Amino acid sequence: MKDVHQLSSAPRRESTSGQAPNALEATGLSKQYRKAWALRNASFAVPAGRVAALVGPNGSGKTTLLNMVVGLLSPTSGEVRVFGETVRQDAEVLSRVAFLAQDKPLYDSFTVAEMLKFGRVMNPRWDDEMARRRLDELGIPLKRNVSRLSGGQQTQVGLTVAVAKRPHLLVLDEPLADLDPVARHEVTTSLMAAVAETAMTVLLSSHVVPDLVDTCDWLVVLNGGRVQVSGDIDDLLASHRMVVGPADGAETVAGRLPVAARSTSGRQATLLLRGPASLPDPRWTERPVRLEDLVLTYLRDPDASALPAPSLIRAH
Amino acid sequence: MIVFYLDRGSGVSTYLQLVHQVKHALRLGLLRPGDQLPTAKEVVTQLAINPNTVLKAYRELERDGLAEGRPGQGTFIRRSLGEASASDRARLSEELSAWVNAARRARLDQEDIEALFASALNASFRRETA
Repeated sequence: MKDVHQLSSAPRRESTSGQAPNALEATGLSKQYRKAWALRNASFAVPAGRVAALVGPNGSGKTTLLNMVVGLLSPTSGEVRVFGETVRQDAEVLSRVAFLAQDKPLYDSFTVAEMLKFGRVMNPRWDDEMARRRLDELGIPLKRNVSRLSGGQQTQVGLTVAVAKRPHLLVLDEPLADLDPVARHEVTTSLMAAVAETAMTVLLSSHVVPDLVDTCDWLVVLNGGRVQVSGDIDDLLASHRMVVGPADGAETVAGRLPVAARSTSGRQATLLLRGPASLPDPRWTERPVRLEDLVLTYLRDPDASALPAPSLIRAH
Repeated sequence: MIVFYLDRGSGVSTYLQLVHQVKHALRLGLLRPGDQLPTAKEVVTQLAINPNTVLKAYRELERDGLAEGRPGQGTFIRRSLGEASASDRARLSEELSAWVNAARRARLDQEDIEALFASALNASFRRETA
């Protein structure tokens, strides 16, 4: 099988420097429903080729944000750009984006083969050979009625239809929700294999952080309609340190070291520190930062943020 | 071909685990110059990890001069590790034994000798990386 990653000589990671266009850029993006703001002044970017995780509690604005990225909702203010083009009801821009909504958008009365035919008719760049091969590898029979497939198989069919559109950006809303552990693993593997084959950019939302370790390399944390964190996951982990110590000493530490976020539980305080620093007293111990720690610590401290300089967001 | 595995609880980042496993295989002679590393897709299918992680590991190996990417073909091992010739090894081992004997004659005990050796080793490698 052709492996696009191996063929391209240009390292895709370099896109963070702003040389390659960002796959996705949101600038001051806001959405208001009646009186409530679902999303408020969100600005972030996802470089091309990344697998980005959009993380946040239920009701934090993830689905609203995703719907604006794929042109199903228009922003109250601000804008989203996909590969430099503003997202509107523009067939050209939207043909480069595929979306798998949370309620798998399959037609229950269709067979799998009919879903493929539907995709072929609707999408000019449809790759029928790839769609059939994927389903064959997954052992999903084409003649089977969609309603008679398991939840995992339905997700796989939805994913296959989305990938066969040959999108440059694939957007998935909670693709792993309501799947059992085996199906989660299979869907994840099949998504990662599709990324390896096509080099597309992926943005997927989730509220289950451990699922994202090893599959995503870019993190966007949304909390109460605001973007709290955006950046390369390895860089974020390397630039933070988690320290645990007595709550009564937390103020002293916070006064001397750059604290990104903090939480207290009884006599114990947990601080997320930015950058290297030596700890002032032996009652404090350092723990390696895991992705889950990083996300949870920020979510518990809504005023904290880790965002790139504004210049990076509008790079190019 | 090397088969990667992941220790998910180790706290070592995934790309570094891949780099370490290649280096370990090179030291043991399980991988040799000219051998092909698995493609990103092969690793992804096996471990369910992000292909960018595999590419990051391979770029690190390329930076170290251990591997090279050949356009359209894949990533291949360029040179091995721990490949001092047998005669060099024998000579160095003999010289080290002589030095250890000299140290003992000067009344250094085992821990003294270990500390001295470790400090010389550290100093030498620190000079190189500085």
